Amino acid sequence: MTVESTAARKTTRRSSGTKRTASASTSTTKKTSPRAAGAGATEPELVQLLTPEGERVQHPDYDIDLSAEELRGLYRDMVLTRRFDAEATSLQRQGELGLWASLLGQEAAQIGSGRALRDDDYVFPTYREHGVAWCRGVDPTNLLGMFRGVNNGGWDPSSNNFHLYTIVLGSQTLHATGYAMGIAKDGADSAVLAYFGDGASSQGDVNESFVFSAVYNAPVVFFCQNNQWAISEPIEKQTRVPLYQRARGFGFPGVRVDGNDVLACLAVTRDALERARRGEGPTLIEAFTYRMAAHTTSDDPTRYRRDAEREAWEAKDPIQRLKVYLENAGHADAAFFEALEEESEALGKHVREVVRAMPVPDHMAMFDHTYADGHALVDEERAEFAAYQASFEGGEGE
Amino acid sequence: MAVQKLPLAKALNESLRKALETDPKVVVMGLDVGKLGGVFRITDGLQKDFGEDRVVDTPLAESGIVGTAIGLALRGYRPVVEIQFDGFVFPAYDQIVTQLAKMRARSLGTVKMPVVIRIPYGGGIGAVEHHSESPESLFAHVAGLKVVTPANSSDAYWMLQQAIQSDDPVIFFEPKRRYWDKGEVDTESIPGELHKARVAREGTDLTLAAYGPMVKTCLEAAAAAAEEGRSIEVLDLRSISPLDFDTIQASVEKTGRLVVVHEAPVFFGSGAEIAARITERCFYHLEAPVLRVGGYHAPYPPARLEEEYLPGLDRVLDAVDRSLAF
Repeated sequence: MTVESTAARKTTRRSSGTKRTASASTSTTKKTSPRAAGAGATEPELVQLLTPEGERVQHPDYDIDLSAEELRGLYRDMVLTRRFDAEATSLQRQGELGLWASLLGQEAAQIGSGRALRDDDYVFPTYREHGVAWCRGVDPTNLLGMFRGVNNGGWDPSSNNFHLYTIVLGSQTLHATGYAMGIAKDGADSAVLAYFGDGASSQGDVNESFVFSAVYNAPVVFFCQNNQWAISEPIEKQTRVPLYQRARGFGFPGVRVDGNDVLACLAVTRDALERARRGEGPTLIEAFTYRMAAHTTSDDPTRYRRDAEREAWEAKDPIQRLKVYLENAGHADAAFFEALEEESEALGKHVREVVRAMPVPDHMAMFDHTYADGHALVDEERAEFAAYQASFEGGEGE
Repeated sequence: MAVQKLPLAKALNESLRKALETDPKVVVMGLDVGKLGGVFRITDGLQKDFGEDRVVDTPLAESGIVGTAIGLALRGYRPVVEIQFDGFVFPAYDQIVTQLAKMRARSLGTVKMPVVIRIPYGGGIGAVEHHSESPESLFAHVAGLKVVTPANSSDAYWMLQQAIQSDDPVIFFEPKRRYWDKGEVDTESIPGELHKARVAREGTDLTLAAYGPMVKTCLEAAAAAAEEGRSIEVLDLRSISPLDFDTIQASVEKTGRLVVVHEAPVFFGSGAEIAARITERCFYHLEAPVLRVGGYHAPYPPARLEEEYLPGLDRVLDAVDRSLAF
């Protein structure tokens, strides 16, 4: 409680110029060897507000003041997201989904950043941002259509300001930058949050989005979840410097946050979004986390990484540390955890039922929405295909 | 003053000006489009009149230009992107093919992608490598994109207006060697639909189908053939995706012979698609196989050889002779 009341005296909004980040005007005093970027090493300048042991700690530049209810809310978000994710993995194993990309271990990074957003902000996800989708109010079963193979996206991005999942790595960071340029042209004060991973950080599009956003001072925050692995390739195959330090070369601040600390992720992202709203341009956030599961259900991580590494990260679990804190601080009681357990099971059941009932689209649907204004060839081929299908009398055409 | 005689380049400039005046959501973006007015001056004077916010000089990164244009379109803008030369579009090819073309379908029709990508294309100007190519087939092959190319000033003006008004992404190929050809533009009368072919010259013996820079070449070939008593019909296809097969079919049913002409390599070129479909549609009307005249399966040659590489009057007439000899 002492920690909490100290925190309560601080304000969460600060002026930007005081940050100890890798901005063009400040530099790190700690020397970092490339090797130090690897998993398990002591990380330099890792913004942390909640230790793996569940102890609330202070950071000189970032703080957050949350009510017990808000803290329980973050915990609930993470638990339900993990439950949804586990259900999706099970559904893949049962043959109900063709593929699933699990977010296991990245709940704090996603819920912390996702809960920093305002409704009028806009999110550009990769294909693993199930926790962010949850924060945006996207029905989680909507995310499963593409993994079940009934659509290639499947929702209206503008209904929750949550763009379609993007599979080509890094492409969405440019869309995010363009969208942010539009916000600036409109004179609005909303901001854009663009997600990508350590693997995508090597993509040209990500680097071009850094250039464009810096040049136009676009209100976009780049949120890189460095989960240490791009399928089988460790972070050392992507970079020789900690990723957040790259921002400096593009002319905007970079900050590394404990990606398994939901409070730190929320504080850092909220700060960066406020900075963007004030017209001070982009920020790169590197959320240092770990992909606890395989890259996707098609992947076999035993071929390229050791169990001991995973075990070391399990001790830093994002959900467990918040649970310890909630309990120790008296912010949540047994009834809360029991009710949440019930809610989790209900969510799992709901997801199962919806997915199993998810209809295979009508075969004519493949022609739909290719063009807004129509296209003679699509019309011709649609008619051909319909005639072909109709030629099967009483067959499987309809 | 509705009818003016303008070079094709100036017609494009006037069209962009009109679009910027008419729709506040139109944004022109690309390399050197501001003060310089573009390397071909297509955007000349626009930044001065509409400001840096609407005529945007971008960083030198084509994928970035198209990728941010997609984001602007999601925000409700109508970006008109300039790619400086045909051979430089490929860094943006990923964004165009994997993102721009599919976005609408992926969103189940909830998203519009009103993005125009202007690309000066084709050879004949004695340029260095990567400045003379005709990559239209690489875009026509992609569902979700529309591909058009004007051949004269009137179409340059109006087709660009129509492309900008379209809610679909349009790859707008500009025949750069015809930029300086003058033609009449009636700024108050739309000549026709964006995706309809035009009969540029009527004839009865053979159909020449072409688009962009080759329309003029084919009209010259038809004029030369007329001196030998041959009546050649010339079609200006205007749109490559969708292709107006009905107009080609009607012409071929009349003439019985078809030669398709384009600068792009013949192999897997648009002529191949036209030949296949017209053979299907007009099998009993054809007096000869559909012939194609175009570039060869070799890298676009150095400028001193391009006259031999590109379809010219003689190569077109040679194909006409071969078809008529059947």
